[in-house]
Amino acid sequence: MLNYIIRRVLYAIPILIGVNLLTFLLFFMVNSPDDIARSQLGAKQISPQQITAWKVKRGYDKPLFYNAETKEEGVLASLTDTLFVKESLALFIFDFGFSDAGRNIATDIKQRMWPSLQIALPSFIIGLTTNISLALLIVLFRGSVLDTTTMIIAVMIMSISGLFYIIAGQVLFSKLWHWFPISGFESGIGGIKFVILPVLIGVFGGIGSGVRWYRSLFLEQINQDYVRTARAKGLTELRVLFGHVLPNGMLPILTGVVVVLPSLFMGSLIMESFFGIPGLGSYTIDAINAQDFSIVKSMVFLGAVLYIIGLLLTDISYTLFDPRVKLS
Amino acid sequence: MKMSFLWTDMMIWLLVVALIFWARMIMRSPQTRQQWRRIYESPLAMACSLILLTYLSVALLDSIHFRLALPTQADSKQVNYDINMKSPLDLLFAHNIDHSERTYSAPFARNEFVSSIIVNEQGITEKAYLPLKHVATYLGINEGSGLDIFIKSIIAIIMGLMIGLIFVTLHMLWLKRGTQDSFGHYLQTVKQGKTQLPWRWAYATFLFILVMSVWLYYLNLSYHVLGTDKVGGDVLYNTLKSIRTGVLIGVLTTVATLPISIILGISAGYIGGWVDDVIQYIYTTLSSIPSVLLIAASILVVQVTIDNNPQWFETATERSDLRLFFLIIILSITSWTGLCRLLRAETFKLSQVEFVTAARAFGVGKFTILRRHILPNLMHIILISVVLDFSFLVLSEAVLSYVGVGVDPSMHSWGNMINQARLEMAREPMVWWSLLSAFLFMFVLVLAANLFSDRIQVVLDPRNEA
Amino acid sequence: MTDTILEVKDLSLRVGDETLLDNVSFTIKKGEVFSLVGESGSGKSLTSLAIMRLLPDVIKVSSGDVTLYGKSLFSITETSMQRVRGKSIAMIFQEPLSALNPVMTVGKQVAEALQTHLKLEGKAQYTKVIELMEEVGLKDSVQRYHWYPHQLSGGQKQRIMIAMALACEPELLVADEPTTALDVTVQARVLQLLNELRQTRGLSILFITHDMGVVAEIADRIAVMKEGKIIEQANKEHFFTAPEHPYTKKLLADALPQHTPLDQTEMHQALLEVNNLKVYYPIKTGFFKRTTGHVKAVDGVSLTIRKGETLALVGESGSGKSTIGKAVLRLEDSQSGEMIFDGINLLPLTEKQLKPLRRHIQVIFQDPYSALNPRMTIGNIIREGIISLSTEKQTTAQQDKQIAELLEKVELKAEFAERYPHEFSGGQRQRIGIARALAVKPKLIICDEPTSALDVSVRAKVLRLLRHLQKEEGLSYLFITHDLSIIPTIAHQVAVMKEGKIVEQGSLNKVVLNPQHAYTQQLLNSAPKMTRDYIKSIQI
Repeated sequence: MLNYIIRRVLYAIPILIGVNLLTFLLFFMVNSPDDIARSQLGAKQISPQQITAWKVKRGYDKPLFYNAETKEEGVLASLTDTLFVKESLALFIFDFGFSDAGRNIATDIKQRMWPSLQIALPSFIIGLTTNISLALLIVLFRGSVLDTTTMIIAVMIMSISGLFYIIAGQVLFSKLWHWFPISGFESGIGGIKFVILPVLIGVFGGIGSGVRWYRSLFLEQINQDYVRTARAKGLTELRVLFGHVLPNGMLPILTGVVVVLPSLFMGSLIMESFFGIPGLGSYTIDAINAQDFSIVKSMVFLGAVLYIIGLLLTDISYTLFDPRVKLS
Repeated sequence: MKMSFLWTDMMIWLLVVALIFWARMIMRSPQTRQQWRRIYESPLAMACSLILLTYLSVALLDSIHFRLALPTQADSKQVNYDINMKSPLDLLFAHNIDHSERTYSAPFARNEFVSSIIVNEQGITEKAYLPLKHVATYLGINEGSGLDIFIKSIIAIIMGLMIGLIFVTLHMLWLKRGTQDSFGHYLQTVKQGKTQLPWRWAYATFLFILVMSVWLYYLNLSYHVLGTDKVGGDVLYNTLKSIRTGVLIGVLTTVATLPISIILGISAGYIGGWVDDVIQYIYTTLSSIPSVLLIAASILVVQVTIDNNPQWFETATERSDLRLFFLIIILSITSWTGLCRLLRAETFKLSQVEFVTAARAFGVGKFTILRRHILPNLMHIILISVVLDFSFLVLSEAVLSYVGVGVDPSMHSWGNMINQARLEMAREPMVWWSLLSAFLFMFVLVLAANLFSDRIQVVLDPRNEA
Repeated sequence: MTDTILEVKDLSLRVGDETLLDNVSFTIKKGEVFSLVGESGSGKSLTSLAIMRLLPDVIKVSSGDVTLYGKSLFSITETSMQRVRGKSIAMIFQEPLSALNPVMTVGKQVAEALQTHLKLEGKAQYTKVIELMEEVGLKDSVQRYHWYPHQLSGGQKQRIMIAMALACEPELLVADEPTTALDVTVQARVLQLLNELRQTRGLSILFITHDMGVVAEIADRIAVMKEGKIIEQANKEHFFTAPEHPYTKKLLADALPQHTPLDQTEMHQALLEVNNLKVYYPIKTGFFKRTTGHVKAVDGVSLTIRKGETLALVGESGSGKSTIGKAVLRLEDSQSGEMIFDGINLLPLTEKQLKPLRRHIQVIFQDPYSALNPRMTIGNIIREGIISLSTEKQTTAQQDKQIAELLEKVELKAEFAERYPHEFSGGQRQRIGIARALAVKPKLIICDEPTSALDVSVRAKVLRLLRHLQKEEGLSYLFITHDLSIIPTIAHQVAVMKEGKIVEQGSLNKVVLNPQHAYTQQLLNSAPKMTRDYIKSIQI
C-alpha cells in the first residue's frame, strides 16, 4: 500500500512538470520578465538599469530553458540553472510569490480556501445524497409514470444554463421574497444565511444530470444476476435495492465523486462571484479579469495538485470498497 | 460588394461539405441506413432534429459575410467598403439595424421603458416616457396597438401556414413518387401515422417552426417583439445573431476534438506499450488543469496577441472572429480527453475480441484492422459523445463569457446577453426580456440536442439491442 | 395426491404477441428430482423464473397457475411471495460467478437468507452459516465466511449458492443449469452433493439442463421442452429406453454424437511438430514493476499433428489449451521451443516472413457471436482472408463466386453473403466462421472449442461438417475441447493437458480406453455415466 502511494506520488511529478511547462509557456508568451519588473516596480519612469537590477535580484535574468553560460559545468547545470526550473521549484514548495498587487499569493490562498469550502462542501454532500436518493427512488418505481416524468424534468433541468438558476434564485428568493441576503459572506454560524441560497441553487442545478447518471448506473446493476439471486432469496425490493444494488452501484459513482473531493477547495467560480463570497473561486475570477498571471499560474498548479490527489484517493477508495481490487 | 472570408465561416462551411460527404458515404451501408431510420422512428427525435436543423440554418445564414460598397464620391474612382460586415441574416433584419431606438423598451411597447426629462411646450421640465421612434408609427398617438397586433398576427399565421403547406405538399408528393397511391389516400396514411417514419410529427413541427418564424419576423417589422436592449438594439435580432456563436462553438469544437481523441484513443488502446504511456501522460496532464483556468490563460494570451497586432484586422468583426476561432481551438484542446479515455478503453476491449484475432490470423495489417474492425464498432460511442458535448459546450459558452474568457464582449452571444442581464435584473423595475429571450432560445436548442442524444443512445448503444 | 409439492398448470407466457410458453403443465412430488430438458430457447429457464415470479416485466403470464401445496402462487401478494422465495422454494443459477454479489462476503450472503426468513441473528446465525457451509462440503468454513466471491473457484461458488438455497430448509430447490459452467470433475462433485442432499433432506429438485448425461445421473422424471411446449414426460427408465416423441429420440441420439469410426489412415507425415513450447506471462511486482516470476501458461509442451488428422487437446479451464492454439497461430509470444510447420520453424519468423505462411493455419472460435464483426456483411467477412492472403490477384466477381462456393460448402445459402451476422443463429454463425477459415485453403485449422456454445443437435451437424471437410480437403485439426463426449467422433490422437503440461498423449484408443495417467483417469471417471459408457463402448 505504502509502496503504491509512493509510486503514485513519484508518477505525479512528471505530470506536474508538464503542467508547469504548459503554464510557463503561456505565462511568458505575454508576460516577459521585463513586463513583470515594470509592473512590480510600479513607478512611472523606470530606467532600463532599474529593470535589470530588479531582474538580477529576483533571478529573472536567467534564460528560460537553457543556460548557455553554465555550459562548462555540464549539461545538467545548463538545464537546471534556468528560469523554468527556478519557477517550478518554487511552485513545488508552494511558494507562489506575489500577485501584481503585491500580495502574498500563498497567504491569500490559505485565507480564501475556507469560505470556498463553506459553500462547496455542503453543496457537494447535499447534492450527492439528494441525487442518489432520488435515483434510488426512481429505480424503485422504474417503468412507471413517475420514472418517465422525472426523467423528462431531469432533461429539462440539465438543459438550462446554471447562470439562469443563479439569477432566477437571486431574484426570487432575495429580491422579491427577501428570504435570504442577495450576496455577502460571514464566517462562522452567522454565515449560514449567506450559504443557504448558493447551496440550494448548486444542488438544484446538478440534479438533472446527476439523477440521470446515477439512475442509469443503478439500472445497469439491477439487471445483474446477483440481484436475481437476492430476489430468489426472498428479500424485499427495498432490501435488494439498499443491500445489493446500492453498494455495487456506488463503485462507479466513487470514480466520479472522489476525484473532485480535493478540488472542492478551489471553489466555484460562478457561485462565488455572483454571491460575493471571498473564496478561491472569486479570487481566480478577479485574477482573470485583472489579467494577473501570477495568481492564475498558482491556481493552475494548485488545481493540478488537487486533481492528482483526487486520482490517488479514488484508487485508494477502490481498495477500501471493492474487494476485487488490490493495489499493486 | 466584397466577400469576406472569416475563419469560422470557412470552418463551418467546410464542415457542412464534409458532413454531406460523410452522410452519403455511410448511407451506402444498409446497416447504418437502418439504424438512422430507427432513430427517426421516434416522433420526438424527428421534431428535435428539425429544431436543430432550424438553428443550424440560422447559423449558416449568418455565416456568409460580405462588405457592401459605400456610395462612391463622384470624383474618386476608388470604391470604399462599409466597415461593418453584413451577412444574409443582417440583410433580413436591416430594418432593425437601421432603426434602433434610444434605450430599453419592453416587448411590444410603444414607449421607452425609462423616463426621460423633457421640456414641454409650456417650457416646463417634466418626466415622460418618450414614444419609440420606429414602432407602429402609422398608428395615432392615442390609438391602442392591440387590434393592430391581432390583425398582424392573423396575417402572419395565415402566411406561415400557406408557405408551410406548400412545402409539406411538395414533400409528400416527393415521398409518394413511384407509388400507385393517390394523393388523398397518402394524405390519410400520413395523418393516421401509418408511414414508417413519423412524418405527421415532422410536418407538425415544421409548420409550427415556420409559423413562429413568420410571426416573429412579420411583427418585428413594426414592433420590437422581444423588446430592446440598453442601447435600443432589437433583442430578437441580438438573440438570432447569438445563435451563430452558440452553434459554432458547439459544432466546431466537438468536431475539432474528434481527430485528436480518435487517433490518440485508438492508438493508445490498440498499440499499448510506451505509446499508451505517452498518451495517458498527455491526457492526465491536460485534464489535471482545471479547464476554466487553462481556457482563461490561453484566451488571455490570444487577447494580448490580438491587441498587440491591430494591423491584422480590417474590421472589428474580423477581430472578434479570430478570438472566436481561437476559443474553439482552445476548447477542443481542453475537451478531447474524455472521449479519448473512453475510446482507449473500448479499443482495448475490442482488440481482444475474437473477430480481431481472426483478422490477425489472416495477417491483416494493423491499420486495416483499426479501420475495418475497430473504428466501425466505436462509431456509436463517438456519435453519442458528439451530441452530448454539443449541448455541454453551448452551455459553457455562456459561463465562459460571463467569466470574461469567452467570446469577444462585442460579439453577439447568449453569454454576453446573460452577462448584461445580470445588471438589468438589478434595476428597479427589472428589465427581464433580454434574459428571457436568451434563456428561451438557448433552452430550446440544448433541450432538443439532449433529447436527440437520448434517442441516439437508445438506438446505437449495443447494450440496448435486446 | 398428498405428496405433490408443486404443480404447474397450463402455464402460458407471452411477450407482446409472441408466445414464449404454451400450456406447460407438470407436477413435482416430494423427494423427487424432476428434470426439464431442452435446447436453448425452449423455455425451460422461463418456466423456472415464472415459478419464482421473477420474470422480467415485459413478459406476461397469459394463462395458467402455479400451486405450492395446492396454494396458488400467482394470486398471492408480492409480500407473501417474498416469504415463499428462499423459504419454501429456493433457487440456484447457472453462472456462479455473476450470481453472487461481488462486494459482499459469502458468509453474509448466506446469512442474509437466514435473517430474512428465520430471523436468526448474531451467534446463532453465524453457527448456522458455518454449519451449512460445511454441509455443502466447503472446507475451512470459518475463514471462508469472510471471503469474497472472487476468491473462490467456480465449484466453491456454486457450493455457496447451494448453501444459501438450503439455508431455510426449502421443500423445493429450483436448479437452473447448475453445472453447465463448471469443469467436468467439478460437475461430478456438485452432482454428487445434490444427490446426497436430496437423500438426507428429502429435498425435491426441479433440475433444468440441456445435458442428457447429467439428466441420466440425477433425474427421476423428465420432461422435454421444445419451443415453449412440453412434448414428452416420462420416468427416467422409460425415457432413456423407450422415448416416444421423435424429437426426444433425436435429442438422445445427438447427445452422443454418432460414432462412425474414423479412417485409420496409415501413418501420415507430420504437418506440425511442436517441441518443448513454453508460453510464460511475467508477474510484475514491487516498486519498479520488475518481473519477479512467471505464470507458466504453457510449460514445455510437445505434440505432433499429422496431415489429414485431428489431434484433440483435452483439458479443464485454465489448463492452457487455448494458449497453445494462440501460440501456434503466432498470436501469442512464446518463451522458447520450436514449432515446425511443413519443415519451417515458425517461432523465429518475423511478422513479414510469416505472412505468406499464415494462410496455411487458420482458426475457428468458441463463441460464434464475438467471432464475427457485427458491422461487416458475411461476404466481406469471408473476403477479408481472400484479399489478405491470396497469392494471385482476383477481380471482385471472382471473389464473389468463391464466397458463394464456400457458403455452399458449409451448407449455407450463397445469398447470405449480403447479410449481417446478427441475422443468423449460433450454428449458422459457426458455419460462417468455418467458411472464413476455409477461404484461404488452409492445411491446419485450430478449432478452439467450436461446439461448446452450441445445442447438441447443432453440435452434431457442425461436427459432421468438420469431418466431411477433413476428408474432402485433407485438413488437419487441432481440436481444443473440454467435452469428452465428442472426442471419439473427431479425434485421431488425443492429448490431455493439465496446468500447462501434457500429462498423457497418444492414439484415441490408447488414451481413452486405457488411460495411464491418474488425471486422465479422473477426468474420464468424472464424465456422466452415459458418456463414460459410450466412450468405453467405442470400437476402433
